[in-house]
Amino acid sequence: MVPLSWYLIVAAALFCMGLYGVLARRNAVAILMAVELMLNAVNINLVAFWRYQVFPQPQAPVSGPAWALFVLALAAAEAAVGLALVISIYRERDSVIAEELDTLKY
Amino acid sequence: MTQQIIFIIISAITLIMGWIVVTNRNLFHAALALMGSFLGVAGLYVLLEAGFLAAAQLLVYIGAISILVIFAIMMTRRLMQTTETAFNSQWALGGIISSLLFAVILYVLLNFWTWEPGNGPTGSVPAVDPAVADNMVVSLGAALVDVNQYVLPFEVASVLLLAALVGSIVVAWPEKVSPTTEENE
Repeated sequence: MVPLSWYLIVAAALFCMGLYGVLARRNAVAILMAVELMLNAVNINLVAFWRYQVFPQPQAPVSGPAWALFVLALAAAEAAVGLALVISIYRERDSVIAEELDTLKY
Repeated sequence: MTQQIIFIIISAITLIMGWIVVTNRNLFHAALALMGSFLGVAGLYVLLEAGFLAAAQLLVYIGAISILVIFAIMMTRRLMQTTETAFNSQWALGGIISSLLFAVILYVLLNFWTWEPGNGPTGSVPAVDPAVADNMVVSLGAALVDVNQYVLPFEVASVLLLAALVGSIVVAWPEKVSPTTEENE
């Protein structure tokens, strides 16, 4: 059987890749894609801990998948709003480079 | 043993595709790799015996979110020439921070991890309650509308999703006051 820590290591690697993408990419759409990777890594953790729990929870038998589904719904909302913002900004400024969008900074 | 090999293959696909997503200069290729990474995560869900979640992952992530991302890339494509640099000036710092985080998690997992069921890295896995595993969809559906479990987060999530979708339509609504339309009127 696959040990739990393997899943956690894979999820950590995926999360750190997503973090790197968020910190280092210039394009706003690429940043959103990296955020999606991070959300996926969190979901892997939720489901893996649920599957490997030592003490079963009879009053909440599907806690892991249920929370993963909520994360899924929130990711869909986040992607919709984020991409709408990107398209709106692109119309306004002709650019989707995150570091050029600094109106609020000054 | 077979399961471990399958796990290694699937997670290698997931991680390689994820690496392509964050490093590839061509955004469209990155979006395709994102779909591959989502597919790998769905495979991990299957290995974790959460089949419904794998199906939801396929439908929501690969079917909806990836397509949305590809649409956004195509609508903003003109400025994203592949010759342009993909990373900003703080990419080295970002790389250091994220690899440091990964190193810390790895160190903790390899040295202080005691929550393996059974003994050590090859310990046996506690079986999911067969009644739950066989009726995953049923128990998930019951849990989502159970007053004692998730009915409040479920309703809040649905309202939030509705508000987010209406809001994104409003945000992306095209400006009607352009000179050409005024001339036509």
